[in-house]
Amino acid sequence: MRRALLERFPLRKALLKNRDILKIKRPLVFLAVFLFLAPLDPMGLTGLVSPAYAEEASFGDMLVSSSIGDARTLVPILASDSASGDICGLIFNGLVKYDKNINLIGDLASGWEIKDGGLTIIFYLRKDVKWHDGAPFTAKDVKFTYERLIDPQVPTPYSGDFKKVESLKVIDDTTIKVTYREIFSPGLASWGMPIMPEHILKNEDLLTTDFSRNPVGTGPYKFVRWRSGERIDLISNHDYFEQRPYIDRYIYRIIPDPTTMFLELQTEGVDYMGLTPLQYKRQTDTPFFKERFRKFRYPAFGYTYMAFNLKDERFRDKRVRRAINYAVDKEEIIEGVLFGLGRVCTGPFVPESWAYNEDVKPLRYNPDRARKLLKEAGWEDTDNDGWLDKNGEVFEFTIITNQGNDTRKHTAEIMQRRLREIGIKVNIRILEWAVFLNEFVNKRRFEALILGWGLSRDPDCYDIWHSSKTKEGEFNFVGYSNPEVDRLLEEGRGTFDIIKRKAIYREIHQILYDEQPYLFLYVADALPAVHRRFRGIEVAPIGIGHNFINWHVPKREQRYRQ
Amino acid sequence: MITYIIKRILNIIPVLLGITIISFAVVHLAPGRPTDMMLELNPKASQEAQARLEEIFGLDKPLHTQYINWLKNILFMDFGISFVDRRPVINKILERMPITILINLLAILTIFIFSIPIGIKSAVNRGSFFDKSTTVLVFIGFATPSFWLALILMSFFGVRLGWLPVSGMASLDFENFSHLGKFIDLSRHLILPVLVASIGGLAGFSRYMRQSMLGAMHQDYVRTARAKGLPEREVIYRHALRNALLPIVTIMGLSIPGLISGSVILESVFNIPGMGRLIVESVFTRDYNTIMAGLVIGAFLTLAGNLLADIAYFYIDPRIKTE
Repeated sequence: MRRALLERFPLRKALLKNRDILKIKRPLVFLAVFLFLAPLDPMGLTGLVSPAYAEEASFGDMLVSSSIGDARTLVPILASDSASGDICGLIFNGLVKYDKNINLIGDLASGWEIKDGGLTIIFYLRKDVKWHDGAPFTAKDVKFTYERLIDPQVPTPYSGDFKKVESLKVIDDTTIKVTYREIFSPGLASWGMPIMPEHILKNEDLLTTDFSRNPVGTGPYKFVRWRSGERIDLISNHDYFEQRPYIDRYIYRIIPDPTTMFLELQTEGVDYMGLTPLQYKRQTDTPFFKERFRKFRYPAFGYTYMAFNLKDERFRDKRVRRAINYAVDKEEIIEGVLFGLGRVCTGPFVPESWAYNEDVKPLRYNPDRARKLLKEAGWEDTDNDGWLDKNGEVFEFTIITNQGNDTRKHTAEIMQRRLREIGIKVNIRILEWAVFLNEFVNKRRFEALILGWGLSRDPDCYDIWHSSKTKEGEFNFVGYSNPEVDRLLEEGRGTFDIIKRKAIYREIHQILYDEQPYLFLYVADALPAVHRRFRGIEVAPIGIGHNFINWHVPKREQRYRQ
Repeated sequence: MITYIIKRILNIIPVLLGITIISFAVVHLAPGRPTDMMLELNPKASQEAQARLEEIFGLDKPLHTQYINWLKNILFMDFGISFVDRRPVINKILERMPITILINLLAILTIFIFSIPIGIKSAVNRGSFFDKSTTVLVFIGFATPSFWLALILMSFFGVRLGWLPVSGMASLDFENFSHLGKFIDLSRHLILPVLVASIGGLAGFSRYMRQSMLGAMHQDYVRTARAKGLPEREVIYRHALRNALLPIVTIMGLSIPGLISGSVILESVFNIPGMGRLIVESVFTRDYNTIMAGLVIGAFLTLAGNLLADIAYFYIDPRIKTE
């Protein structure tokens, strides 16, 4: 899960709007993101998508977006929360970015060459880029950003990818040569990291600089003001190197209560918000809502799972893990907690990823198979008390998950019932996030837990599955170890050849689903709602935010004027 | 009196010290550290980065050293920097405090304006229809969860009728309004939060007023006043009410710390960037300095409020003076 992140509130997350708007600008930032117009879209969204530019695009108006959390710092290499990431994504650019079809294209770089069999990348930078303060953007800024990223004194969460760089040379103002110690294909995408201005920051301590609340970037929007806990205001950059964005102003409102956010949406106090499945299905079918908002639906780039602690004797037996999968009806969970707005997950990749192996079929609900497998593994109800036992011990375990995420709680409850039917006793414990993470996940003091991963666009998932990543605080907290998978993971990041990589990740996908170190549960849909006055929205594999600078409002429908 | 006040002030010091020691220990004992919150979710966070952060925040030192350093800074009113965004804690608090104080002041005012007359009337006409119906209403008001009431009001006045804004403190284009426009805009935003903030207090306080008034009505001096033939108005408002109002002083003193401690629920639901939200967010991110600043200010105001109430008593109640 390089650049994947433990997702805390996946649904709320959807609530935090422009994760997707952002993503495009910042391929690197972890967090779940949105994808494809769902192929199984029952709403016929395709029909809903207005033909872009049906009306002549005009400048003006403002988009009000919302987030339940405030940003923390706008120094992009220190920003690890989603709100900060959202804002940084509009203010800054990386060297590369993902286009709407999830292909890497140039951003600040106009192009690049991969040389020496993949050890060297030469970036050719755009010559027409200026910082918001008018200073020209040059290769020195890239070097500066790189040096801060690998500086041990800078507590950035993004240094890992850049430590694999052996050297970075500025050849001239617009050419940079990056040499890696070994071939590292996910490295190319890591250059989506926002580039910071050297001329402003060179003598600043990134931890204390004013820049964190008054950033200067190269992106489509310029920072105006930040009122803590209330809102962040941005204004369009007329000199943006791609084109001037049509929407003049962008307001990021911080609304900590999701219910309030929904009420604000209904009074048009907010133009953009990710809906919960309940809101999508049951609460937005009013004529008022339909007249004013458009709903979108596409699978998010992440999945929810139940992880087994493989140190636990019982879960070390693959038959037990498979039995539990058979005993749990994934469709039922999707129906029950997501109102059907999601899909069964079959492995560490989502269907929109090129790494996805469509030959892997989910184990269908089959309690008889489950009982049989458990019997083979020695679990039987010998004393007829309704619970399976082995050597006199009842099969009982506790699922833990974090507080504040009802979807996970309800998922656990549904599983609890299904497992009781085959004689496994399940307890559920809900823990505050910090305690959950520190005392239970990182210290591996759990039997099973429910969590979600938001995925990066690059399929490299070395940090989650490689057997070297099991130290405290690392992400292979289930303790999965398979030499075959280790080898594949290493090979996968060791080549730029997409055909080879595809074969490798498809194999990983197959092995992980056979082995079931996780019980892969579901891929939820992203469900954003956007005010109807915005035109030019285009649903693409990467979501809807990719062409944000092309969104526009016809003159007569504009709500806010300067 | 002066010696009494000095004694009380000297008394505050050890109490405050005790409070800070206990709070400091409890806050630091909670599982998780601020640096975890900042880095742990990221697989790429290096060990050096973590260590560097701890060094910057002084978290690598033993707890008692941290406490002493913290205490030294507090003496100069330096609450340190926030671990979340590295801004001075005092700035964060000053930024959040005005709106919380404004809402609380308005709420207290509303409570007084409505509950005193209600209390008097119920006490004077004890057992009347008015008394009984206010009793029922008061209990309903007391039992209503504020977040629920807030959402209902928002949904009704904000969404259904569209009369009032749903949440927040200002309209989006607030900056472009005239002074009068700004005032009206702010008032419109304040109506619902102040109303909800008042409901619980209104319920409790009118009961309290009723009780206090009933007590006063049975005193000998009221009988005397009646006996000497004063009109009932005078009996109630001059003799009974004055005495019945004495406990209000205590309540006012006690409500001083409440002025700065916003209600998290209210502030979250109405989306008001106030103190309550700041402190709770700090707890979730283990932002020790901000939590401690909130606790210290709260503790100090509680103690100061008590002292002020006692002093005020001394001046308005002649009986205390003579004792």
